[in-house]
Amino acid sequence: MTPVVHLSGVSRVYPGQPPVRALDGVSLDVEYGEMVGIVGPSGSGKSTMLNILGTLDRADSGDVHVDGYDVAALSDRQLSALRSRRIGFVFQQFFLAPGVSALDNVADGLLYTGLSLRKRRARARQTLQRVGLADRVHHRPHELSGGQRQRVAVARALAGRPSLLLADEPTGALDSASGAAVIKLLHELHAAGTTIVVITHDHDVARELPRQLHILDGRISADERAERSAAPAPGGAR
Amino acid sequence: MRRKDTSDGVSRLAQSRLAPSRMRPADVLRVAFSGLRTRPLRAVLSALGIAVGIAAMVTVVGISASSQEQVNRQLRELGTGLLTVSPGTSFRGGEPKLPENSVGMVARIDRVQAVSAIGAVEDAAVYRNEAIDANRTNALAVYAADTALLDTVSGTVAAGRWLDAALAEYPAVVLGSDAAMLLGISRTDGSVDVWLGGHWFTVVGVLDPVPLAPELDMSVLVGWPVATELLGFDGAPTTVYELSAEDDVADVRGLLPATVNPSNPEEVAVSRPSDALAAQAAVDETLTTLLLALGAVALLVGGIGVANTMVIAVLERRSEVGLRRALGATRPHIRRQFLGESILLAGLGGVGGAALGGVVTAVFAASREWQFALPVWVLGGAAGATVVVGALAGVYPAARAARMPPTAALSAA
Ligand SMILES: Nc1ncnc2c1ncn2[C@@H]1O[C@H](COP(=O)(O)OP(=O)(O)OP(=O)(O)O)[C@@H](O)[C@H]1O
Ligand SMILES: [Mg+2]
Repeated sequence: MTPVVHLSGVSRVYPGQPPVRALDGVSLDVEYGEMVGIVGPSGSGKSTMLNILGTLDRADSGDVHVDGYDVAALSDRQLSALRSRRIGFVFQQFFLAPGVSALDNVADGLLYTGLSLRKRRARARQTLQRVGLADRVHHRPHELSGGQRQRVAVARALAGRPSLLLADEPTGALDSASGAAVIKLLHELHAAGTTIVVITHDHDVARELPRQLHILDGRISADERAERSAAPAPGGAR
Repeated sequence: MRRKDTSDGVSRLAQSRLAPSRMRPADVLRVAFSGLRTRPLRAVLSALGIAVGIAAMVTVVGISASSQEQVNRQLRELGTGLLTVSPGTSFRGGEPKLPENSVGMVARIDRVQAVSAIGAVEDAAVYRNEAIDANRTNALAVYAADTALLDTVSGTVAAGRWLDAALAEYPAVVLGSDAAMLLGISRTDGSVDVWLGGHWFTVVGVLDPVPLAPELDMSVLVGWPVATELLGFDGAPTTVYELSAEDDVADVRGLLPATVNPSNPEEVAVSRPSDALAAQAAVDETLTTLLLALGAVALLVGGIGVANTMVIAVLERRSEVGLRRALGATRPHIRRQFLGESILLAGLGGVGGAALGGVVTAVFAASREWQFALPVWVLGGAAGATVVVGALAGVYPAARAARMPPTAALSAA
């Protein structure tokens, strides 16, 4: 089976004086159903890598395949379509629309899938239930706690039933208790079959993840798997 | 190597299925509306700019249309069969006058329904009393009028009565509406006299304004016989009024000059007062065009306000743009969102402005006792104009939002 993510020799250089090699020849495979943590010091290239996995940014060189598609061969329109159906994002800052109910924040995540408003709302309700917010459907962001807001954002990313869920420091703006609840949710989703790649600064969080990629200066310095990991993926990174 | 081949095979097959979905019009509207709702005050203020321009234009056109409608209605009521005959320019010099027997001659023309005349009483002026300085004439003209005048010009009395055959023999006077106002006279019960040409004349009536013979409004009318007897009137008419059926007006008009003055027909001027009324409404069109242009300038300024609002909105909402791109919005999706928002903003201003303009027109028309008229094309035009203004104002901000790279937009927060 093809991996959901396949990078080989991927580099990303930001122009400037001097140019920054944010990613430097990264190769990596992530199999369907895996949960991968990305850890590394600030400025090591974690967000850059996640953006390339999520097709928000393009590599300057190397091969990027996501969900079987060769990203370099796709137009901007096609990449948008790929994101709308196959990739879900969770950001540190939530990015919820203020004054809009949790239900509609999640439903609007499906705006570009072509589903009707009724179906979008039905799916949003389902997904909110799945993240444990069935009783907060009509609350607006300012009426929710930070942890609840991030769970709404996770629901928004999940509602499209993506092949790949990408989270860039989802607990970065949360206190440790709410952060733990969000991480627990991600573990549950992983257990139910969702493929997740999550960036974290928190070593305790990272230790609990089945697979950890350590990034340093734009390279993968270590690719560790926990003993109990159930999915031994072939062709991992060096 | 083998794995790479399969994956390429898969991608080629799959790539053909990767097409972004079209956004439904209802969704475009919903997104545009919720975009405006986050900053309601700002939206209202910039829509207000558009509303002022549209309201100005709708009011100008509405008032002009109502006034036109009023003139049309007046013409329907008054008819357009009246012709006015007056001495034109005399090529021989001297004071132009119509021949004394003009009325009789005109009456002999076929299909003439009514004829009457007024004649200027020269050197006679009218005063409230004999003590007033002789130079203060108030610019009121004194005319001898025959008894058929009022019916011929479709005039009506506001108070008192019109001159009949008996009154025409006596020093009795009927005042035009403006003349009565200038002299400060409203009583017509015979208790008020005016000092006219060295004699006391009793005020017996005051006329309503006469739209087809507005010269009567500023005049003072006495009987033909008494004018000859007391005021030294020479009996020559200044203006002859002739009434015929509307279909006969052209024929009669051709015959009038030669009938009135067979030896010098070119010295006779014939005019149709209803044309003058219609022309007056047409003169207003120049003013209307000017005011419309001012309204257009206001609309332009409103459009610049909308563009400004949209540019700020795009800058403030970079992270929203980034999020939407991450959720799968294409560049055209983003462009359409902001364009829709701009058009909606201007459109709301347009609807508000059209309503406001309609109300102002209705109030204005009511205050003048005019018929309210607001053509549908005005409202359609207003709607069309706001859509165009909104679209133009939104083009640049929307393109700018669409051009933002997703990662840059996301990291702006
Ligand atoms: N748009 C950009 N232009 C220029 N340089 C950039 C840009 N984005 C990132 N960089 C540089 O690329 C390197 C990697 O950045 P990246 O955001 O991927 O780091 P990160 O590992 O996510 O760090 P953090 O943990 O602080 O979020 C950094 O040195 C950064 O300065
Ligand atoms: Mg980062």
